[in-house]
Amino acid sequence: MKAIRPVLQRIPKLPSVKTQAIKISDNAIKKTQLTTRFFREVGEFCLFAWLTLKATFSRDFEFREFLRQCFKVGNKTLPLISLTGLVIGLVLTIQSRPILANFGATSMLPGMVALSLVREMGPVVTALICCGKIGSGMGAELGSMKVTEQIDAMEVSSTNPMRYLVVPRVLAATLMIPVLVLYADAFGILGSWAGANIKGDVTFTLFFTQAFSAIWFSDFFPAVIKTFFFGAAIGFVGCYKGFTAGRGTESVGKAANQSVVLASVFVILIDLIAVQITDMLY
Amino acid sequence: MEQEISNIAREATAALPPKPVIEVKNLRKGFDKVEVLRDLSLQLFENENLVVLGKSGSGKSVLIKCMVRLLRADAGTIRIFGENVQEMNDRELAELRVKIGFLFQRGALYDSMTIRENLEFPLVRIKKYLSRKEIDAKIEEALENVGLSDTINKMPSQLSGGMRKRASLARTIVVDPMIMLYDEPTTGLDPVTSDEISMLINNVKKKYNTSSVIITHDIACARATGDRVIMLNEGEVHMEGTIRSFEQSSDPLIQSFFKFREPSSAKAQPHHG
Repeated sequence: MKAIRPVLQRIPKLPSVKTQAIKISDNAIKKTQLTTRFFREVGEFCLFAWLTLKATFSRDFEFREFLRQCFKVGNKTLPLISLTGLVIGLVLTIQSRPILANFGATSMLPGMVALSLVREMGPVVTALICCGKIGSGMGAELGSMKVTEQIDAMEVSSTNPMRYLVVPRVLAATLMIPVLVLYADAFGILGSWAGANIKGDVTFTLFFTQAFSAIWFSDFFPAVIKTFFFGAAIGFVGCYKGFTAGRGTESVGKAANQSVVLASVFVILIDLIAVQITDMLY
Repeated sequence: MEQEISNIAREATAALPPKPVIEVKNLRKGFDKVEVLRDLSLQLFENENLVVLGKSGSGKSVLIKCMVRLLRADAGTIRIFGENVQEMNDRELAELRVKIGFLFQRGALYDSMTIRENLEFPLVRIKKYLSRKEIDAKIEEALENVGLSDTINKMPSQLSGGMRKRASLARTIVVDPMIMLYDEPTTGLDPVTSDEISMLINNVKKKYNTSSVIITHDIACARATGDRVIMLNEGEVHMEGTIRSFEQSSDPLIQSFFKFREPSSAKAQPHHG
């Protein structure tokens, strides 16, 4: 008996049935709360989408604000997009060149880089950068307007904030992001040409002829179409997160952060769906 | 004979009970499990300044936000010009809001716009028939009324707290509202600027013939502006009367509110109302 006691003492005490029951019920409550919060968020998101759609097709379109947002989304993102496009093209070329050289296929370099830029890299990288630049900007701007009661002030003065704040931003992002993607593609190919000339000597005309001869309509068209959806998602998520921000100043940062995360997830999901559809159609 | 008839008519009109422009009955509003307003009833009469006093968290701001339906009441009715705000559709609500000016606690000026654009924003959307010249004249007049003519092209961030409040007041009066709702108009301001704002509230009433609800916990502001005062406590009307009746009250809550607050200089100003 004496020998058994130390062994028994080392065995951890089993939790009583009551403690276990409390733990289980606590977990169940937490899970229920999480599920409720998730469905509430989905519901609010759908309602916001419906209100945005309704406001888009209502009278009194805020054209001046739409142009201002186009300028903000498009023009002010150009330097960042130019740099990113150029670097992607350059890096892609520098990394692919030795591999293609192993197979004696260096001549395929312009076509390969152009194709990967137009079909995937250009749209996705540009969209992800826009999530950070435009999505977070919209989330923070509308979030701070909400916190400082500017949205309430707009509502009280008989102006529909959805029509003035949300619709121009979503439309501007939807129309400007495809343009930015095309611009990034062009800079990417330019960067690729610069990369090809680091270790070789290719003329500008020859490089571009080879690059464009590899791209078909079936490569270009679906890639451009999906960027409209990327733009709509970025604009919409940014506005939604800003509009539903809490009351404290902390919620502004939260709104900006969540805008980036959610918009990036949307971009990746839309890309996945677009790739599947393109694969089925072409 | 005509003079006599007109005198009789005037006397008869004066004998009629005053017409309420806002009528709140049994209003209830809660957030999650906390009930902020409980069975609250009050009336605002034509051309009257009604001050709503109360401690922080007593539901004062919630009350006026329910009046313009920025918040939906859980129960009760709010009638403005005889129409039930709770049952209005979006169009009716927009039409009603045109008649109401709302001065927010922190001004709520649009950060990205100049003061001119801030004033122009509601004006061009509500009074679409106005010409460019008329719009400019209205903006200048409103800014002149609040003593901010020089700031017309400045951004809100370039103004002091008091100036922002005044600019915000100009934005509300530029559309000629019939009712003004002030949400703590003097909070965060020094006593001198507070008195200036109180005087402006009285001037707005006189010039634009408005009826106003003034939410405050600033006794000086209540003294300077209030025709009638209501004290809210725990979501209910604790006491109603004139500022004098409040000052003479032996109620411990009222006394604690008025105890250490000296009458401000604004009291010396002639009270229009």
